Amino acid sequence: MLLDMAATAFGDRVALGGRGDGITFEHLVRVSAGGATLLRSSGAERVAYLGGNSTAFPAVLFAAATAGMPFVPLNYRLGEDQLDGLLGELHGPVVVCDEAYQDVVARSGLKVHRSEEWLATAALAEPSEPVEVDDEAPAVLLFTSGTTSKPKAVVLRHSNLVSYVLQTVEFGSAEPAEAALTSVPPYHIAGVGTVLTNIYSGRRLVYLPNFSAGAWLRLVAAEQVTSAMVVPTMLARIVEELAGARAATPTLRSIAYGGARMPRPVLEKALAAFPDAGFVNAYGLTETSSTIAILSPDDHRTALLSPDPAVAARLSSAGRLVPGVEGEIRDSAGAPTGPGEVGELWVRGGQISGEYLGLGSVLDADGWFPTRDRACLDPGGYLFIEGRADDTIIRGGENIAPAEIEDVLIHHPAVKEVAVIGLPDIEWGERLTAVVVPAAHATPEPDDLRAWVRARLRGSRTPDEVIFRDGLPYTPTGKLLRRQLVAEIGSPTTYERT
Amino acid sequence: MRLKTGLRLRSQVCATEVIVVRPGSSEIDLTCGGHPMIGSKETPADGLDLKPELASGTLLGKRYTDKDNEIEILVTKAGAGSIADGLAPLLLKEAKPLPSSD
Repeated sequence: MLLDMAATAFGDRVALGGRGDGITFEHLVRVSAGGATLLRSSGAERVAYLGGNSTAFPAVLFAAATAGMPFVPLNYRLGEDQLDGLLGELHGPVVVCDEAYQDVVARSGLKVHRSEEWLATAALAEPSEPVEVDDEAPAVLLFTSGTTSKPKAVVLRHSNLVSYVLQTVEFGSAEPAEAALTSVPPYHIAGVGTVLTNIYSGRRLVYLPNFSAGAWLRLVAAEQVTSAMVVPTMLARIVEELAGARAATPTLRSIAYGGARMPRPVLEKALAAFPDAGFVNAYGLTETSSTIAILSPDDHRTALLSPDPAVAARLSSAGRLVPGVEGEIRDSAGAPTGPGEVGELWVRGGQISGEYLGLGSVLDADGWFPTRDRACLDPGGYLFIEGRADDTIIRGGENIAPAEIEDVLIHHPAVKEVAVIGLPDIEWGERLTAVVVPAAHATPEPDDLRAWVRARLRGSRTPDEVIFRDGLPYTPTGKLLRRQLVAEIGSPTTYERT
Repeated sequence: MRLKTGLRLRSQVCATEVIVVRPGSSEIDLTCGGHPMIGSKETPADGLDLKPELASGTLLGKRYTDKDNEIEILVTKAGAGSIADGLAPLLLKEAKPLPSSD
């Protein structure tokens, strides 16, 4: 439906790829119809995609929708055993993959197409009429990143994704010259969201298969990109690459970021490096069909200029809930909390799935979904996310959100990156350990960093110890791997303790 | 009829197809070209004609609402009829796009 609408309205516009050699909306419909024939001939019930960011990804997504088959983008960075496990859970899907993964899939005995070849064949294959499926049928199965538990496949129904698009995007709102650059991988919910929302807007999609800050900046300039979505670790590398200079990207009007917490110093440097771009903070989960809250460019500007500390603080917020989504903060007993009180964020709306393959729905009787994120709402309805409930450190019976301490330490001039974790402790149950990556040429003293925190937060927030490392472990989509860090630091011989 | 979010309907006398984005809280007699809209998979009745006073046409991708701005209907296929509550045409809703977030 979404692609058909776009093809009807602006069929001869380029939908995917380069300004000169891209695929038009009309041709994308043709490829999807031919691709659907190829996918259906496999006899499989699901379509798995194992590959990087490229034109093949949206083409396979729409072909699967045309074929009435659920689409499952897989994390190509997983090891062979893990991939085998996920493919097993999908009960014999047909697989479209990049050449690099062809052998791995072939060994599992599944029907496999190489993405480039598939794309060329799809354009020539007998086109299929779209298969009518129920709005409540699964459209996309997406494995969660699994930073806090084993990856689970979230079931996103056609109704969830359509609700997300219709509630948050205006049809055909993009000017013909607009282009969106995607650097997040296909297996990330923002990778799926970006296809649907930009196609529906009539905006050309440009892909950067392997992110590097230099390549990103060059591609934005070369393809006259007007909007881009990045995760915080990418934006950090982009501002580092620019080293204080203004970016030479005159067409770029919008930079959206999300997927993990944005360190404030990185955001401030980015605002200076891209003075003509509007910044958008998008907050969402796989289970919520992408974005459920947005901090708009106007919100960013207002917060930056406001003398009112409550308004200025909103620069660190996730903004306000999008239309069609309700939110509520509840305490541990499930009762709603007052403004400014921290609890768990629950959300409800057409785009919220809250259902996992083989495990069923976790929605409550009234359709509310527990996000497992600790958060609070200010009186203006701005949402502040503290972090995953599972990351909460319990020190001496007190619940402590790592983010509170990290947000203070990241402003210390000698700190480049920081993670605060809880390590087992005989006296406190868990002790607060700050793991710090020093800024270039800086040699911070642990006691200085502890004093920095003590001067700004309650005494119970002062780290019990500070450990220095060269880097922190992140997923490629910018999520800090806290459990891995706890496990690594559990072997005390590797690191110098203080 | 009582609308429901996500409900898909079609006109009996033109190509118009719609989806309900906001159902509102009260009943509505949703028509297109002067005749009741039906489920997207239902077959139009025979012998119906587009009423000339309700033939201004629908616009692809546009949102329509009632005078109280309670309901929201989005056109997924354009057609020659006008969508209306009974015989009172719905109003074209002004777009307020959110910034692009992904």
